[in-house]
Amino acid sequence: MKGERTNRLRVATLWLSGCSGCHMSLLDTDEFLLKLAEAIDLVHSPLADAPKFPSGVDLVLIEGGVGTEHDLERALLARSRSRQVVSLGDCAITGNVPALRNPLDREAIIREVYGVAWQPERLPALLPAVLPLHRVIAVDLFIPGCPPEPERIRTVLTAIIRGEAPQLPQEMLSFG
Amino acid sequence: MPALTLTIDGRLVSSRAGETLLQVIRGNGIDLPTLCYLEGLSPRGGCRLCMVEVAGREKPQAACVTPAEEGMVVTTGSERLQRYRRQIVELLLAERNHTCSVCVVNGQCELQSLAARFGIDHVRYAYLSPRLPLDASHQRFGMDPGRCVLCARCVRTCDEVEGAHTLDLRGRGVRSCISIDLNEPWGRSETCTTCGKCVQSCPTGALFEKWTARGEKVRAPELIPRILAWRETHER
Ligand code: SF4
Ligand code: SF4
Ligand code: SF4
Ligand code: FES
Repeated sequence: MKGERTNRLRVATLWLSGCSGCHMSLLDTDEFLLKLAEAIDLVHSPLADAPKFPSGVDLVLIEGGVGTEHDLERALLARSRSRQVVSLGDCAITGNVPALRNPLDREAIIREVYGVAWQPERLPALLPAVLPLHRVIAVDLFIPGCPPEPERIRTVLTAIIRGEAPQLPQEMLSFG
Repeated sequence: MPALTLTIDGRLVSSRAGETLLQVIRGNGIDLPTLCYLEGLSPRGGCRLCMVEVAGREKPQAACVTPAEEGMVVTTGSERLQRYRRQIVELLLAERNHTCSVCVVNGQCELQSLAARFGIDHVRYAYLSPRLPLDASHQRFGMDPGRCVLCARCVRTCDEVEGAHTLDLRGRGVRSCISIDLNEPWGRSETCTTCGKCVQSCPTGALFEKWTARGEKVRAPELIPRILAWRETHER
């Protein structure tokens, strides 16, 4: 029934400046997806047909660095509507591959990539540097890796579903 | 040789005079973290990861350059030391351009594994993202200063093991860089013998064999002490 209150977690995922590999890794958790489907409602995600970021979200997993003004707006909105924010993967945590542009000149890169065909109004404006998510909003949990191994995602989500505090062991912490 | 008695983490241990605290601590099975230390090279005391607390001394001491003394009371893993070590590694990661996912030494890097060991799942400091061009002019080796931690293991290896002293440090503080000869491109160096020992001593992906891709750098830092030990027995 619409509007029915359940004890299922309201989970969202967001895709900022990243390659979608972290989302692929989430899908690679195999049979855990079935458990997940029982325990959560996916209320907003590139994997779900729900275009607006809703309010009252329990948990949002965010992939990608904050590289554009559009990324920044979405990160701020997600934070304001979610109880817990997870940085999913190295791009969200360190800037990683999108941040390879940070030491370089932004305008020169745009010219190099788009040449004369560049139409600024068609693209979200690039921020001066790609920032880690925790530099623009408060982040509660971090799942490092490029992409984070499915096991890491499973470990964190299992704990959250059980209402425990997730703690990744040392061997699941490395960047890269 | 006279024996000394020390207390390390509450345990009485003995050591020989002339040993450093690092030797005594590791000799007793405690895995003290290090980065700029490489067995066989002269100790540098640069990275400060090996620091320990010595009773009666206010500041933490770098164990790799502190001689063991009779009666010392040493703590290796206090909450304060762990906090400092974590900060050091976070600052190293923030200081240059560490993109592990595309790095030649991904999965075998000493800096990367120290970060995981200290529970670093994000860096609290702003990344400096310096613009540091890569030197790919050498026929066999490349240097990416963006991954350098300024440990000077390569400098000491080139000087003390190979005897070429091609490499040195220039600049100050975070702007320091490894320089080759009198700041030449590596490929134009007249002193480099192309021995590759610097590449083996490097704890990170800053020095690498060309034509290696993500995670493909083959590391053998134990080569350096092995060469030195071999010389000890054969050149006398
Ligand atoms: S040297 Fe390479 S693997 Fe090591 S921390 Fe830097 S980017 Fe990561
Ligand atoms: S290859 Fe050998 S000689 Fe050349 S810089 Fe490295 S250690 Fe020195
Ligand atoms: S190039 Fe490697 S060995 Fe040399 S100072 Fe930098 S990190 Fe250390
Ligand atoms: S290992 Fe002792 S200061 Fe670096």
